[in-house]
Amino acid sequence: MVLVYSDEKKLTLELLHKASELAKELHKKVIAVAVGHDEHATEYLEHGADLVVVAETSQHQFKAEEYTSILEHIIKEHSIEIVLIGSNKNGKELAGRLAAKLDAGCVMDCTKLYLHDKKLTTERIVYSGNAIAVEQFTSHPQIVTIPSKVFDPLPKNPHQKGEIIKKKFDSEHSPSKIQRVQEMKSEGVNVEDAVIIVSCGRGFKKKEDIKLVSELADVLKGRTVGCSRPIAADLKWLSEDHWIGLSGHKVKPKLYVACGISGQIQHIAGMRDSGVIVAINKDPEALIFKSADYGIVGDLYEILPKLTSAIKEKMG
Amino acid sequence: MNIIVCAKQVVDVAEIKVDSSTKKPILVGVPQKISDMDKNALEEAIKIKEKHGGKITILTVGAPDAKERMKELLAMGADEGVLIPPPEHADYHVIAHLLAGAIQKIGSYDIILCGEASIDMFSGQMGPRIAGLLNIPQITYAQQVTVEQNKVIAERNLGEKAIIIESPFPVLITVTKEINQPRLPSLMAILASSSKPIHEWPATGVTAEALVPKLQTLDIKGIPMQRKNIIYQNDLDQSVGKLVDELAKVGVLR
Repeated sequence: MVLVYSDEKKLTLELLHKASELAKELHKKVIAVAVGHDEHATEYLEHGADLVVVAETSQHQFKAEEYTSILEHIIKEHSIEIVLIGSNKNGKELAGRLAAKLDAGCVMDCTKLYLHDKKLTTERIVYSGNAIAVEQFTSHPQIVTIPSKVFDPLPKNPHQKGEIIKKKFDSEHSPSKIQRVQEMKSEGVNVEDAVIIVSCGRGFKKKEDIKLVSELADVLKGRTVGCSRPIAADLKWLSEDHWIGLSGHKVKPKLYVACGISGQIQHIAGMRDSGVIVAINKDPEALIFKSADYGIVGDLYEILPKLTSAIKEKMG
Repeated sequence: MNIIVCAKQVVDVAEIKVDSSTKKPILVGVPQKISDMDKNALEEAIKIKEKHGGKITILTVGAPDAKERMKELLAMGADEGVLIPPPEHADYHVIAHLLAGAIQKIGSYDIILCGEASIDMFSGQMGPRIAGLLNIPQITYAQQVTVEQNKVIAERNLGEKAIIIESPFPVLITVTKEINQPRLPSLMAILASSSKPIHEWPATGVTAEALVPKLQTLDIKGIPMQRKNIIYQNDLDQSVGKLVDELAKVGVLR
């Protein structure tokens, strides 16, 4: 059996696609797990699950200890061989703890997953975006976390038949507890779904100057502004929802314009899958040019206004 | 307060060069260092010790030369180190058992601190694995930690929201790079650290089980980066004009 779990519905649907493929190849079934509520259960069936287990529990918010014990229980009961977990921060802490409880292998942030010599084989980016590690499991169960957007969901099939089981779990009670949840300062930007992104980095001298980037983003109809680590994490000129990179968001727009970004490998790891990459930097040796399709060497304070008006003219 | 900080010696990823023909990373001869976020974990441990007193033990699974790097951590403010050489075949499962076994051997601990992930592999499973093996609560991706008499309160950074969790001891916490700025040791501290002990424990001394990896690395492949690399220099007006024409031609200006 192949099990799929994420606390995000969208990610669950994406994972179900890969799970169905693997299950077909291995002649196995797909189980999706929903914790706490069954509101998406039917949708999971329509997108590839053969069975949805709805775990009824008193722990409504995600917590690693309790959710690990629920999954551990389901994995043992259904003799699960492959576990696919959505790779967000909750998914990763869940997968790690679960792997320890089951004495299982675990691969995080897997970008490719296939059977090689009938064994589950994974690929993930390592060494800060400089290489891909190809790893193979040598035992069951096998735990893999997959980031969003690696797979597309299967088209909805309203005729797919399956079963929904509700089950009560007296999960382990952890001595820790959630005190409260605080919304982080956010400008409500979703860089991961953006089609065009204009990004800024350390080449900007002050916060106000970022308007040069938003003006360009506006004429490009992308309207999405991204940034590298220093702008969001250190200077805090933009909220973290703008942050693109290994620890920030991974993006795949059709056009990515990097302004004043030097091109540290951590940043490249977040945007390398973009369609067309344009770089603007005053340093001709900047690493970003190696990862760019087009580049202009020069002062961004001169280039950006010119580029904005030239594009405006071109697009009419 | 007994604090254990898990620290990993890694290759300095910023120094990795790529072989231009195979596109594979050249890992031989790359300088080694302690993974960045593990230093953040130690800095947080030192802050807790400064306020509440106690002892900080550094725990490393690594080659004998990791001892040199561990000395930097003792100079920063840790009290002693434990170094465990890994068996020939090791994966996350094996290393986690070694670390958890060593922690049990140390015996008395209130807080275990780790980096959110190591900068070489960036997997982030070691902290949760250790917490799972020890069967203690875990708080991952902490961007703020406050220690009180009988409990710790930490803020998990999930991007769009922060989860504030409180836990009694013992607890395992993984920290992000943003939590603090690791201190640079003074010359005096560096000199004084030479009298602090680093114990070497054999792997067989910390776990009775024969540990067999669950994962096998088949290959470390290069990443092909096929980009056009058309770079315009000199006249800015001309450069901008050419760029806009190209962008229109490839169809991204719609």
